[in-house]
Amino acid sequence: MSTTDTANTADSLRSASQTAQAGPSSKTAADLGMVACHHCATLWKEVQAHDRCGCCDARLHARKPDSANRAWALVIAACIMYIPANTLPIMTTASLLGEQQDTIMSGIIYFWVSGSWALAAIVFIASFLVPLFKLAALILLLITAQRRSKWRLLQRAKLYRLVEVTGRWSMLDVFVVTLLTGLVQIKGFATVYAGPGIAAFAAVVVLTMLASLSFDPRMIWDAAKTKAGKRA
Amino acid sequence: MQEVPDLLACEECDAVHRRPTLGRNEVAFCSCCGAELERDMSAYRTSVLPLAVASLFMYVIANVFPIVEMELQGIASRTTLIGSVFFLNSEGMPFVASLVLATTVLFPLLQLLALIYLLVAVTRSGYHPAFNLLTRLLQTVRPWGMVEVFLLGVIVALVKLTNMATVVPGVALWAFGALTILLAAVSSFNPRYIWRIALLKQA
Repeated sequence: MSTTDTANTADSLRSASQTAQAGPSSKTAADLGMVACHHCATLWKEVQAHDRCGCCDARLHARKPDSANRAWALVIAACIMYIPANTLPIMTTASLLGEQQDTIMSGIIYFWVSGSWALAAIVFIASFLVPLFKLAALILLLITAQRRSKWRLLQRAKLYRLVEVTGRWSMLDVFVVTLLTGLVQIKGFATVYAGPGIAAFAAVVVLTMLASLSFDPRMIWDAAKTKAGKRA
Repeated sequence: MQEVPDLLACEECDAVHRRPTLGRNEVAFCSCCGAELERDMSAYRTSVLPLAVASLFMYVIANVFPIVEMELQGIASRTTLIGSVFFLNSEGMPFVASLVLATTVLFPLLQLLALIYLLVAVTRSGYHPAFNLLTRLLQTVRPWGMVEVFLLGVIVALVKLTNMATVVPGVALWAFGALTILLAAVSSFNPRYIWRIALLKQA
C-alpha cells in the first residue's frame, strides 16, 4: 500500500478544541507494514526483524513484546500479594499504653473515628480503592483484548489511561509508614515499627505498575481493526 | 528500512496520521482513540531548563533539612527523608527502603540531571556521549518518580502525629511542596520532544 493512500485516511486530524470522534476507521501503522519507534515515535517502513531505530537506536517492534503474557503474570502475582497486604499489619505502635498493630483498613478507620474525614477519604481511595480498581481494570482489559472484543473500545482506552494515571498514588501508605518509623523513635514513650504488610503492599503497587506498563493499549484496537478489515 | 517523515502513528492505538503543523501551544489528538499525538513544545523549550535548575535547588534543600520535628514529653525527634529510609533498612525492610529511596530520591535526581544535560547538549553542536542512553533513561524513569505522592504521605503522617505529639513542619516540607509544583511543570515536557529538537538542529 502506498503512502498517499495513508495520507487520505489520516486526514481526520483534529485540533485541541474539537471533541473526540471514536471509531476504528483509520488505518494502523501495522496494517501499512510500518513500525513506530516506542521511544522517539519516528515511523519506519520495510522494517526487518531485530532492526534498531535509526534515530534513537532503540529496538523496533510493532507491539510491546509478549505484552499479554507479561501483564497476566504480573497481575496474578499482584493478586496474590494483595491478600497479605491487607491482612498483615503494616505498622506496630509501641507506647506506654501497650502495643497496637495497624492494618491498612484499621488505619483508615482510625482517621474516620478521630474525625479526620477528608484524610480518611484520601487514604481510603489511595490505599484501598485504587489497587482494587487497578487489578479489576487490568484483568478486564486483558480478557477483552485477548478475546478480541469490540466492546466499548474508546471507554477501554480511557480506562487504560486512568489506570496509568492513578497507579502511583497507592504508594501513599508506604511513604507514611516510612516517615513514621523514621520519626517516632522516642525510646520508652513511643516507637513505631514497620510491619510485613507494608512490604506486601509495596509489592502490589510495583507489580500493578509494571503490569500496566507492559500492557500494550494497541491490543485493544487491534482486534476491532482486523475484524473491520475482514468485513470490508 | 526507511523513514516515513510526513506521517506519525498514535502511540496508543497505532492509527496513522499525517504529521500536523502546529501553531504555538497547540496540541493534536488522535481522531481514533483521543490520545495526545503531538504537542507544540516551542514555548516550553526555553522555560524547562530554568525550571529544572530551580527544581534541583529545591531538591537539595528538601533532602538535606529535616521534614518534620516531633516533640513528646520534652524529647524532640526529627528526621530527613534519607534518615527514614536508612532506619527502615536497618530494621530489616531493605525492599521497601530501596523502593522509597528510588522513587523519592534517586529517580527525581536522575530525571533532573539527565534533563538538564540533554537540554544543554541539544542546543550545542558536537558529539554528546550517552545522549541516546540518557533520553531513553529519562523516559523509563518518568513514571517512577513519586515526589507528589510523597508530599501527600508527609501530610497524612503529620495529621496522624498531631494526635499524640507536638509537630513542627521543617524547612524540607516547604521545599518538597515547591519541588512538587516545579516538577509538575518540568514533567509536562515529554522527553520524546528532545529527539524532535535534536533532529531540527541537524537539519
